Amino acid sequence: MYDRVLSGIHFMSGNIACAEGAIAAGCRFFAGYPITPSSEIAERLAARLPAVGGTFIQMEDELASSIAIAGASWGGLKSMTATSGPGFSLMQEHIGYAFMTETPVVLVDIQRGGPSTGLPTLVGQGDMMQARWGSHGDYEMIALCPASPQELFDFTLRAFNLAERFRTPVLVMSDEVVGHMVERVEIPTAEALEIVERHQPPSPPEELTLPYHTDEVNRIPPMAPAGEGYRVNMTGLTHDERGYPTMNAEGQDRLVRRLVGKIRQHADELELCVEDGIEDADVVVIAYGITARVSQGAVRRAREAGLKVGLLRLQVAWPFPDARIARLAESARALLVPEINLGQLVREVERAAHGATRVVAVSHAGGHYPAADTILAAIEEVNK
Amino acid sequence: MTRTEIRLAGFGGQGIGRAGYILGKAIALHEGREAVFTQEYGPESRGGASSSSVVASDEPIDEPFAEHPDIWVVMVQAAFDKYVSRIKPGSRLLIDADLVETHDLPERVEVLAIPCMRFAEALSAKIAANVVMLGCLVAVTEAVVSAESLRESIRTSLPPRTLQKNLEAFERGLAFGLELREGADNEPVRTA
Amino acid sequence: MTVLTSQAAMTAGDAGHPLDPELREGRIPHIWCPGCGIGSVMQAFLEAVDTFQLERNRLAVVSGIGCTGRVAGYLKADSFHTTHGRPIPFATGLKLARPELHVNVLSGDGDLAAIGGNHLIHAARRNIDLNVVCINNFNYGMTGGQVGPTTPLGAKTTTSPFGCHEHPFNLVDLVASCGAVYVARWLSMDVRRLRRSIEESFSKTGFTFIEVLAPCPVNFGRRNQLDEAAQGRMLVERSEIRNGADTREVAIPDEGPIVCGKFVDHERPSYLQLLEGLRARLQEHST
Repeated sequence: MYDRVLSGIHFMSGNIACAEGAIAAGCRFFAGYPITPSSEIAERLAARLPAVGGTFIQMEDELASSIAIAGASWGGLKSMTATSGPGFSLMQEHIGYAFMTETPVVLVDIQRGGPSTGLPTLVGQGDMMQARWGSHGDYEMIALCPASPQELFDFTLRAFNLAERFRTPVLVMSDEVVGHMVERVEIPTAEALEIVERHQPPSPPEELTLPYHTDEVNRIPPMAPAGEGYRVNMTGLTHDERGYPTMNAEGQDRLVRRLVGKIRQHADELELCVEDGIEDADVVVIAYGITARVSQGAVRRAREAGLKVGLLRLQVAWPFPDARIARLAESARALLVPEINLGQLVREVERAAHGATRVVAVSHAGGHYPAADTILAAIEEVNK
Repeated sequence: MTRTEIRLAGFGGQGIGRAGYILGKAIALHEGREAVFTQEYGPESRGGASSSSVVASDEPIDEPFAEHPDIWVVMVQAAFDKYVSRIKPGSRLLIDADLVETHDLPERVEVLAIPCMRFAEALSAKIAANVVMLGCLVAVTEAVVSAESLRESIRTSLPPRTLQKNLEAFERGLAFGLELREGADNEPVRTA
Repeated sequence: MTVLTSQAAMTAGDAGHPLDPELREGRIPHIWCPGCGIGSVMQAFLEAVDTFQLERNRLAVVSGIGCTGRVAGYLKADSFHTTHGRPIPFATGLKLARPELHVNVLSGDGDLAAIGGNHLIHAARRNIDLNVVCINNFNYGMTGGQVGPTTPLGAKTTTSPFGCHEHPFNLVDLVASCGAVYVARWLSMDVRRLRRSIEESFSKTGFTFIEVLAPCPVNFGRRNQLDEAAQGRMLVERSEIRNGADTREVAIPDEGPIVCGKFVDHERPSYLQLLEGLRARLQEHST
């Protein structure tokens, strides 16, 4: 019905762009459960995947969806699920599982107002902390935050590349407004796309005795798919380099430090943001997703009024850009953090700022993004 | 700033979403300008008044919703009753001449009444009333989008089997809109 | 018939156990208690793999959490130890990604029928191409013997100290009613019939389900006057083979015969067959 990569210029919603980004990245397995406002991703992939030789399956719930993608990933396919608020809560255990078993998978969270059933059709950004800390135990999350349908295409593709490269779950953390808004989306030709493929073991099965052994630099083991004679051995239990359970403190420390370290040590290169006039700004607005987009207008109007205001738009929320925020805290008189929750991103900014400057929240419990007028008023207020 | 906000309102299932999409696409892909199309989302699929919006600009669009529309398109009475309180002074209002009666309008609202449904029925294509309206819209708001861009957008947005009827509907609305505009040059249009 | 227990494996001497090559080096002794039925089910499974001449590179075993959940980790197959209750949806993803694999789920009654019950019924409904062996030991063994979805009325467990006051599942009827193409129930001690049944299930296309009743002397038997070998003896004495019995009539009664046998063996298009059909239609449409 369509080509693998829908190259060209389109007028499409964020959710459809997300599905197209997945297909362009090589995603060939999607398992999901319907939930507003993410369902268009599943619907699009239900129509698209069979035509490109992929598989779509609607599972019985989000628990099933989030582990079916892990199964498919070990079967050798790039795999994804998409959900929102309540469904994302149900997927938390399998985020930890994918992290522990080093299974590359992509999850998409189109945030809506919460807690609980909350506002199914309206925007929220209350999953900021759940995205980072929702599963139990120590782990690291990579979370990309698009602010436009174009970025939903680009970042979904990027999420697959990162998942494959780091052997880890990667989250595309979007929101209802960006998921549903329709805008121009430019999809490059297949040749122009940079696609990362899975790193497979260099040695034949009989020589691969330590499948979880890694070099000291990248600490990412190659991943053998099932069905190739490698006798894949994987478990969510703490395990050693053979993949055997090691039920002791030493084994736990060694494994979890490596898993966390393989993301943390690349935090600098994972960082992605757009800086707009922050160097000599008195006030810097820090935001992501739809809130960052709306903030652009407020910042522009503040500048028109003669204020020195900058914008730091986070395109990756996790790992959090600690060092960059710390530097900003040294130079700016105030950091302003608009978000669609009652204070989550602002806590991270406060933590990273180490008390070096004022950090002010502009919060909204959900249903709508903070209006540009509100953000502008807050800029004027802190600038006094 | 050249931001223009357009909100289209009608009955669920009337093609209000499709009309907004076609309009936004014409601007974003064929006018070389920025455009964002959004729809109100609610739990019901059919019935009830609903709306969609298009924001057009020469610059990147920050706020995606048409919160203070410059142009309103209202296809049915229930939608008018629901949204009338949000119509701001000095805006333009396009209504279906037979299906909407205005009331409680603020000052300086220019009202253009177009018999969209009647024209569509004459073409045996009731479903194309929204496209009649688009034709009229382009005639009275040429600064936002051109007729050719809209034709192109219609061609790539609607099922091929309905294309002929829809293009006819579009031309009917366009012709009526041009007549309205000429009339407007001679005498003041109806104002609330 | 040798039963693969830790003792057997350890006393086999230099010659080793005939099934040693099927196990991961250094994983034995296993964690199972003396008298536990899981080891003999693992043996029956491996023998079935052998007699069916299943290509080892195509063999995948998926387990959940619990005593039975440890099976996957012992086997030298592509083996996956998943989260509690989710081996079936994991296996679903694996099978759909790689249809040429022979994907088996070996897990316990608590894992598959309580926390994973929703996945069990939907996998059977879809007739997804998986072979499931569910070891039913009537309680949660690994966590210390708590009441489960299969615990008989009146049985004492650590969380039913006054006797279980819930009705148990009739697992074979549950799965049969959802549309599995092969449903059977055996005792873990009946290794020969169990092995044949597993072998037979390998030849089926679609969702197969074998319930294996297994003693759990340490956690279940001990609290119910069925110490050591007594629970196993009781199962053997009460068991009665009735192939083709109506699954509605084989709920495990408080007293009297426990019906074992092959209950369902029929054909129904499997998930993958239907998916292939869909792909073929799309192909036809696009050319």
